[in-house]
Amino acid sequence: MSWETVIGLEVHCQLNTKTKAFCGCSTAFGAEPNTQTCPVCLGMPGQLPVLNTVAVDKTILTGLAINAHINLESKFDRKNYFYPDLPKGYQISQFAVPIVEGGYIDIPTKDGGEKRLGVTRIHMEEDAGKSMHEGLDAVSHIDLNRSGVPLMEIVSEPDMRSSDDAIAYLKQLHQLIRFLGVSGADMEKGQFRCDANVSVRRKGDPFGTRTEMKNMNSFRFIKQAIEFEVIRQIEIIEDGGEVVQESRLWDSVKSESRSMRSKEEAHDYRYFPEPDLPPLRVSQQEVDAIKAGMPELPGQLRKRFETEYGLSSYDADVLSQTRETAVWYESLVAAHPADPKRCANWMANELLGRLREAGKDLSDSPVSAKRLASLLDRVGDNTINGKSAKDILDDMMESDDDADTIIEAKGLKQVSDTGAIDAIILEVMQANPTQVEGYRGGKDKLMGFFVGQVMKASRGKANPAMVNQRLSELLKG
Amino acid sequence: MPFSSLSDIQSRLKSGETTAVEIAQLYLDRIAAFNDELNAFVHLDAAHVLAQATASDAHRQEHGARPLEGLPIAVKDIFCTQDGPTRCCSNILEGFEAPYDAHIITKLKEAGAVLVGKTNMDEFAMGSSTETSAFGPCRNPWDTDRIPGGSSGGSASAVAAALTPAALGTDTGGSIRQPAALTGITGLKPTYGRVSRRGIIAFASSLDQAGPMTRNVKDAAMITAAISGHDSGDATSVSDAPVIDWLAACEAQDMKGLKIGKPKEYFVDGMDAEVRQTVEDALKKCEELGAEIIDISLPHTEKAVAAYYVIAPSEASANLSRYDSVRFGHRCDNPEDLLDMYTRSRDEGFGSEVKRRILTGAFTLSSGYYDAYYLKAQKVRTLIQQDFTQAFEQVDIIATPTSPIPAFKLGEKTDDPLTMYLSDIFTIAVNLAGLPGLSQPCGFAQNLPVGLQWIGPAWREDTVLSAASAYEKATDWNSQHPAAFNVNGGES
Repeated sequence: MSWETVIGLEVHCQLNTKTKAFCGCSTAFGAEPNTQTCPVCLGMPGQLPVLNTVAVDKTILTGLAINAHINLESKFDRKNYFYPDLPKGYQISQFAVPIVEGGYIDIPTKDGGEKRLGVTRIHMEEDAGKSMHEGLDAVSHIDLNRSGVPLMEIVSEPDMRSSDDAIAYLKQLHQLIRFLGVSGADMEKGQFRCDANVSVRRKGDPFGTRTEMKNMNSFRFIKQAIEFEVIRQIEIIEDGGEVVQESRLWDSVKSESRSMRSKEEAHDYRYFPEPDLPPLRVSQQEVDAIKAGMPELPGQLRKRFETEYGLSSYDADVLSQTRETAVWYESLVAAHPADPKRCANWMANELLGRLREAGKDLSDSPVSAKRLASLLDRVGDNTINGKSAKDILDDMMESDDDADTIIEAKGLKQVSDTGAIDAIILEVMQANPTQVEGYRGGKDKLMGFFVGQVMKASRGKANPAMVNQRLSELLKG
Repeated sequence: MPFSSLSDIQSRLKSGETTAVEIAQLYLDRIAAFNDELNAFVHLDAAHVLAQATASDAHRQEHGARPLEGLPIAVKDIFCTQDGPTRCCSNILEGFEAPYDAHIITKLKEAGAVLVGKTNMDEFAMGSSTETSAFGPCRNPWDTDRIPGGSSGGSASAVAAALTPAALGTDTGGSIRQPAALTGITGLKPTYGRVSRRGIIAFASSLDQAGPMTRNVKDAAMITAAISGHDSGDATSVSDAPVIDWLAACEAQDMKGLKIGKPKEYFVDGMDAEVRQTVEDALKKCEELGAEIIDISLPHTEKAVAAYYVIAPSEASANLSRYDSVRFGHRCDNPEDLLDMYTRSRDEGFGSEVKRRILTGAFTLSSGYYDAYYLKAQKVRTLIQQDFTQAFEQVDIIATPTSPIPAFKLGEKTDDPLTMYLSDIFTIAVNLAGLPGLSQPCGFAQNLPVGLQWIGPAWREDTVLSAASAYEKATDWNSQHPAAFNVNGGES
């Protein structure tokens, strides 16, 4: 009988507010340890939290983007546990009534369709600090810069049936969050972390016992960890054993997971309403205003790019990967409105490719949309051919010159003059009588040879369309 | 002289008859003379007190007087102050000095007050007798074999013995009103949300409220006027609280037309008969002053203590988790590992009453018990709030005894926490409902002071102050002082 995997995911995502969730400290990453702290986020006696409303707005925006319900009244609770990097001995979170409930994310399926995965809730909470044990002798160090940084915890329904589903969901969510601009979602910086609840069952059976893989911050590890866990659980059951409900840690070096704590050792977090914060109330008008300011989401953009600009689904997908890419593309189209598809080709294939090779982001592209448009204008009016244009783009990556300057300086202006092209063609035909014979004898494939020779003789400047046209004329003899 | 009210001192300072430095010195001398006997102050920096008084005199000269210019006010050891230690009378806060002032300490300083040291209290405000203090018990000036009430017993004892003309306390279940009653002074707990809690060491966040402990009603109004108001740094401090004229409320001469509710649940068998009679007599006096006494019922009163002893410890168990020895306060010697550090530091740092409440709270919040305890207690709390709401449809104000018994002897109840908890039976419901409550002296039982408690509707401290002022003017209970301390001790 076949096995079915059931996966639910919890994503902790740091909101990119300037200040922390409950105090005015900076959230900037990478500062000297314990320099971005104050009595509130240090948990000093008598200090009280004051909610950062920007974090609230960003969470609501995320909720709206996954088509969820926004609770106009939500509540904060205290989650109690002791750990040195948790200064108050409790984390302020939302337990009983989260701000966002009941949304979904659609992921593409292999057959070209879509699968809808439920999101149970998104709640707001604060991050803990960081403990450091490695490389220290018998002591631990604590950095509380991260203490109190606002987080959203996004909890999915157990709707995923494979590691591929899980990764597709995470990538979709990751892209969405970056699109909304609510989080840097930099996984290496721990701004987007995932816990995976995994269980297996025989098809048609009720859910099996689940285990929780904690705190993973790379798509690859998450996939590996889920797959490892599925096999581990199936083996246990097939050997007649029972899966133990527990938290497990993924060891990315050994590529295996190990038990962290069992259900019996699990914390009793003793949740109760946070008495220092009144219920969080937002008005429908505030929610509507946030909705009105919502940027176009990746799926909407992709579809618009296809219909409005006639892009292929591949190009539309590439150009809607990030909000920045989409904005850049549309400013390119604005500067070169003649041919949006040409814009897409050049941006997706040529510019992004060159940036990738140079290890640069679009944000630090040496070629602006306006400069790239100046090049595409010259391609469009046949001043230069595609080959030259690619060379010019290479030059543009290194200099501040616009296309016309480079064309002028390098004499790359395309030759579209019939007389000049004919002269080159006749020269080439004279130099290659055997091939002329061959072509005339029916070897059509030799056309490519002649085009190549003519382009070479023109040092790439001949208009390829005209070369083709004139060659077929003149070769007829 | 030493038993002067704040307003008396204020007018003498204003007339130039005396200076803030002279006044400060007077009380410093009395503290030096009597504190050993009472243990009301646990921290005092005389030089710092005099420096503040000197600065105050200069301020008066140069810029004129602020609302509390030059007036000495002592504060409970629960208020964080930048100057000197803040210990909450606990060993767990050994060595702790706050790098900030509590919001209302800042307000007192801005109003020109001279802060006079830290007063004794039950550890983390958990107690009704000021016996659980890490600095030893405080004593009642009316009989030093007896407790001054608690948890703000140090502030009460200091005001009652005129070691200071006024003090700040905090009240979570009666901790201002009960010690005020037991020492014959006036104590006001404002409406929850009237006064910022920022910088006040938290016991039970949904119940804690700071307030004045003074020699008369007007002094209480003066201080509350200075410390109340919205604080953007405390989300539970109410931004649109109705503003009242604090001092005008104290002008009341009579109680004509005032409807006073007398809840039957606060006049019951089992309470001290003499206390009961004293309060009944006080209500007769109110009738003479024109009030109408209306018998009412607050039917859920008897559940208040039980609900309180679930809610307060639950909140406290979380509030006290920060005392983990990691960042500040007491840490045990040579911890073996993290768990050993936590358990031994907290075991050594907290006293037994604090541990009892942390354990109670951790239990009532734990999985499987939450619904039966915490959730049920919250429901009771709602019912108690409804009791008061209904009562205030009928009456303007409610009058009760503050404490069912007068001051008891040191050690009398320390072995029996439940009896100790019952001494707050008449004050607790007010905190659960978040209402303003005031205790003022109304006579004696067994030669010990008895307190009359006024309970007003939310935000109606003016109603409370008016009733209390009228009663005060018609009686002389607040001008009676403990004989042993009614001497010009320490004056050179």
